[in-house]
Amino acid sequence: MTMPDTATIVARASALFEDLHFSSAREWKSAAPGRKVIGYMPIYVPREIIHAAGMLPLGIVGGGDQLEVIHGDAYYQSYICRIPRSTIELGVSGRLDFVDGMLFPSICDVIRNLSGMWKLMFPHVYSRYFDVPQNYRDDIGGNYYAQELAELRDALAELRGAPVTDEALRASIVAYNDNRRLVRELYDYRIAQPWQVPAAEVYLLMRAGLVLPVEQHSELLRDYLAAARAVERPRRDNCRVVVAGVFCEQPPLNLIKSLELAGCYVVDDDLLLVTRWLTAEVPTDGDPLQNLALAFLHHSESTAAKYEPNAREKGQHLVRAVRRSKAEGVIFASPSFCDPALLDRPMLQHALSEAGIPYVSFKYAENSGQMQPIREQAGTFADSIKLWSGQ
Amino acid sequence: MNTNVATMKGKAADVEKDASMRKQKEMMAAHYDRLTAVPQTGEKVCSTFVPGNLNELIGCFDLVNNLPEVNAIQNGLRRTSGQYVLEAEKLGHSEDVCTYVKSDIGMIAKGNIAPNGKPFPNPDVLLLSYTGCFTFMKWFELLREQYQCETIMLHTPYMGDGKVTPNMIQYMVKQLREEVIPKLERVSGVKFDIDRLRERLARSAQAEENLVHVLQSARRRPSPIDAYFGGIYYIGPIFGAFRGTEDAIQYYRFLREEIDARVAAGAGPITPEGDMGPEKYRLVVEGPPNYTNFRQFWKMFYDEGAVVVASSYTKVGGVYDLGFRHDPQRPLETLAEYCLGVYTNRSLPMRIEMLSNYVEEYGADGLLINSIKSCNSFSAGQLLMMREVEKRTGKPAAFVESDLVDPRYFSAANIKNRLESYFQMVEQRRASARSAA
Repeated sequence: MTMPDTATIVARASALFEDLHFSSAREWKSAAPGRKVIGYMPIYVPREIIHAAGMLPLGIVGGGDQLEVIHGDAYYQSYICRIPRSTIELGVSGRLDFVDGMLFPSICDVIRNLSGMWKLMFPHVYSRYFDVPQNYRDDIGGNYYAQELAELRDALAELRGAPVTDEALRASIVAYNDNRRLVRELYDYRIAQPWQVPAAEVYLLMRAGLVLPVEQHSELLRDYLAAARAVERPRRDNCRVVVAGVFCEQPPLNLIKSLELAGCYVVDDDLLLVTRWLTAEVPTDGDPLQNLALAFLHHSESTAAKYEPNAREKGQHLVRAVRRSKAEGVIFASPSFCDPALLDRPMLQHALSEAGIPYVSFKYAENSGQMQPIREQAGTFADSIKLWSGQ
Repeated sequence: MNTNVATMKGKAADVEKDASMRKQKEMMAAHYDRLTAVPQTGEKVCSTFVPGNLNELIGCFDLVNNLPEVNAIQNGLRRTSGQYVLEAEKLGHSEDVCTYVKSDIGMIAKGNIAPNGKPFPNPDVLLLSYTGCFTFMKWFELLREQYQCETIMLHTPYMGDGKVTPNMIQYMVKQLREEVIPKLERVSGVKFDIDRLRERLARSAQAEENLVHVLQSARRRPSPIDAYFGGIYYIGPIFGAFRGTEDAIQYYRFLREEIDARVAAGAGPITPEGDMGPEKYRLVVEGPPNYTNFRQFWKMFYDEGAVVVASSYTKVGGVYDLGFRHDPQRPLETLAEYCLGVYTNRSLPMRIEMLSNYVEEYGADGLLINSIKSCNSFSAGQLLMMREVEKRTGKPAAFVESDLVDPRYFSAANIKNRLESYFQMVEQRRASARSAA
């Protein structure tokens, strides 16, 4: 069998990305009777539980810049970010009519309130606000979260009409451990040789992970890693940056491409964190829900939606990301009206300043069309790093 | 205490206030004096939030409560918040985020001066009761960076499914017992005494009973109170620093007598320009008010004979009218239930049901939403709420927009125009109903 090249793999991922009718998820569902699809929004849900219930977890991250929002704008004032309105558009336009359930994770007040709107607008769809602990003690936040996970497991069991067993959960943890390992491998490869794996390609591969069954996504990642390593790509004189603040409403693909065109290799980011939220392998023996709960408490990404109990640690995850990825600066790209990203930003910037790391900031919306200002800003930032860093 | 219906002249010659409003103002002033005297008295300060505040618990440790939201409101009313917001934006805070936060940050940058003209003391502890608003968490992370003091998180799960589960209560009680109380003991140097907490909770329940009596007096015609603009005065002590104190009991007893006297006299609400005059429109209002132009905003209502008979904003510090009372027999559980039940911690369907019931129970002509630009906790979903309440009650709803304490987003002409159109719509509905009958 011939190994697919990167262009073929990226073309497949790109087709999945552009398909706002979620044809692949529809096909998965219709391939066998009784299959169900559970949508989820950023930042994180334990997809292992959905998978163990025999269902397809489907990441919904808004409509992007290709979706014309007609109905969704009627539900939101101009000063609210764009992801909920395009998500409503996906719903009312029938693009999610095959989705059996929706999970709204604890990320901000807008997504939180959207959970209630979904209940009213789509009363026949199972929908749940998925709360996570802000207390990280095993016997407090851990117990609470394990119980929340059990409630989710039981609700999905009811939806499918059969219990979700621990054995199935353990098998799902194995599948997602494998997937996260591959995602980390890809991210590490990009750190080592960013010219080999352009940011837009990495992004499309991660997006594919939102719609494909995890086993297929892992296969896609394996193929891509092998294909990327097999061909040398030209190396540019780019600086290395971490992109932060892009964890919920997605930047347009053109924005990601523009950063590299402007002279910045993206060597780390907080895009689509669900694909690597848990930073260590989840144990596969013992109580699977307890294992998922403890992984969340002690081995998960830091982001604005999580409380940082240690004042000295605030922003250090970003400093560490810069050091680990050998980045020369940080680009804060935040969606307009995004409370978590924008409220967090000054604190992260203070941490970077103390560490002597340069940064630049701008805002976007998922449907931003004009990339020239962003390209100019990123280009100037790249130039300033090249000209003056280390002086 | 004067409980006459006749209004007393306020300090400013053109402002009329009920005696209770004057008393409330005195209580707030006394609290600010206590707070700013901390360097002399040696008391310790706990900054915390209005929704989900644990005032009874804070009092058990002899801590003085400081509420940054209330400070921002005071700065809005005094027209100083605008410069503070700009100062915060100059420091790198986004123009898109909560203006309470920016008013607070800007105030700190400009000397941290309290409404009494004296400097605020730095807090000894930040009690982050994370209830109903995501921004709270970021706000206190920002303040922690500023003050570098002990910060205690109390995480309140959200009532996404419209119910409180045993898991939520256990989680909160365990946080209270094993995190919040030991840390408050450490900061204050005062040992926790659960009987002292019970006493305070019992006092809270007494005050809550009278507050509910006052709020529900608006079911009468004419309503003796304005439950939004006036209501903000009424909730001040119980949402602020006084819940669980004798002062609160006295205030709400006094307020109840005052309102009962207005009822007996068949009087409507008091406004800054005296008695409102004939009641023409009865409204339910959703959302916080604008504070930079508070009186101007209120005037747009009472000039038209519109009285607010119920509001959601007066429930952000506790939804007592739906039956909740602090229960001294279950001290920690009751604090958990209180935090879980505040308005902004309720799901959208719960909020819609509450507003629809208000329209019916208070005989309102409809719903008005004041949507706040920088408050997603309230604003996200309000357009759906408006439609749902209209659908369920058959009463018209309207939508105006402003901001909490950023004067740049108060457009008087725009709001007045929309209000006038709304009142015309109410008249048309009435005319249609009359002709149909």
